[in-house]
Amino acid sequence: MPTVRIPTVLRKHTDNQAKVTADGGTVGDVLRAVAKQYPGIKEQLFDGDTVRGFINVYVDDEDIRYLDGLDSAVAPDDEVAIMPAVAGGA
Amino acid sequence: MRFDDITQAIGGTPLVGLPNLSPPGYHLHIKLEGHNPTGSVKDRVALYLIEQAEKQGVLQPGQRILEPTSGNTGIALAAICRTRGYALTCVMPENTSEERKQILTMFGAELVFSPATEGSNGSVRMAQEMAAGDPAVFMPFQYGNPANPLAHYETTAPEILADLPEIAAFVAGLGTGGTVTGVGKRLKQHDPAIKVYAAEPEYGDLVYGLRNLDEGYVPEVLDVDVLDSRIKVDSRGALEWTRRLATEEGIFAGVSTGAALAVAVRVCKRLPEGSHIVVLSPDGGWKYLSTGAYAPGDLDEIADRIAGTLWA
Repeated sequence: MPTVRIPTVLRKHTDNQAKVTADGGTVGDVLRAVAKQYPGIKEQLFDGDTVRGFINVYVDDEDIRYLDGLDSAVAPDDEVAIMPAVAGGA
Repeated sequence: MRFDDITQAIGGTPLVGLPNLSPPGYHLHIKLEGHNPTGSVKDRVALYLIEQAEKQGVLQPGQRILEPTSGNTGIALAAICRTRGYALTCVMPENTSEERKQILTMFGAELVFSPATEGSNGSVRMAQEMAAGDPAVFMPFQYGNPANPLAHYETTAPEILADLPEIAAFVAGLGTGGTVTGVGKRLKQHDPAIKVYAAEPEYGDLVYGLRNLDEGYVPEVLDVDVLDSRIKVDSRGALEWTRRLATEEGIFAGVSTGAALAVAVRVCKRLPEGSHIVVLSPDGGWKYLSTGAYAPGDLDEIADRIAGTLWA
């Protein structure tokens, strides 16, 4: 089953777990499964049907905006990572 | 080469092949921005930030400049400020490496520290508050100033095209987004088929420890449409490729270079065989020695140990 990495700011909704597992063949399915398991996370992650602006979602380290968005395929051993958008060092 | 002052020596950096690290059938090249006068790609950006402000009349002789920076932009600004008589205040995360603090102090910059737990977000926030409260200072603001990508559009990219017109892909790290945006736009005007990839450091829990998601930040200068993909690299992966660059190619680079190199190797297989890929190395490794990134020992242990300071 795919694993999902939860950023510190959202761990209060996942019993402080940094990683959870959730089933699904696409990023959207996986994230919806997480939101179902941990209801508090839903409105933090989604703005309607889309992922909120200051969140980046990666499958196997690749930003889903450059794949197929929430329809991006997820393999059973993939990691889906949820990361807040932050300023980079410069 | 002879120059009248240090600012004229900015740019014109070497593009060097990586025969030992290039995957079979591909040609990796690295643009060594550590060869700039203060040792990083930010010399280009700092000069543009100051000269554009001078041209626009928003920066007056003797004025104080205020900028959020984790080091390289600050060091570049500080050197240029010395030659032109400006004062400089840098706002930076408190866990910035000792080398950077010492160089900045030597150049006469005043340092203000933001909490380590807020990463560069904290420096941006703090600098914006300070600038709003003090109309006497000028803040170039590299995260939102079009002069930042313009420096790369007008200098970095033309140098790459002159040296390697057959370039198929470009990879650089993501900090302000200025490099990928400026270089990427110019390369795609030259040939829309050229791919542009951003390597995004995975900062670790410390930097991502926002109180809420509304504190997130996307730099205004980043044009996400120029990118063909954005790939994150963790501390271990960045360290591994930084070390391989030293041991297999004899190049001593900073850790962001390793992150970009990791992405370059990863995307090779998406490109036609025989493709030439350019990796931008923003700086050398000198300013990070005290972090322990280059110390002998087990890579996993080192990556764990320094995850909190590596990207500061």
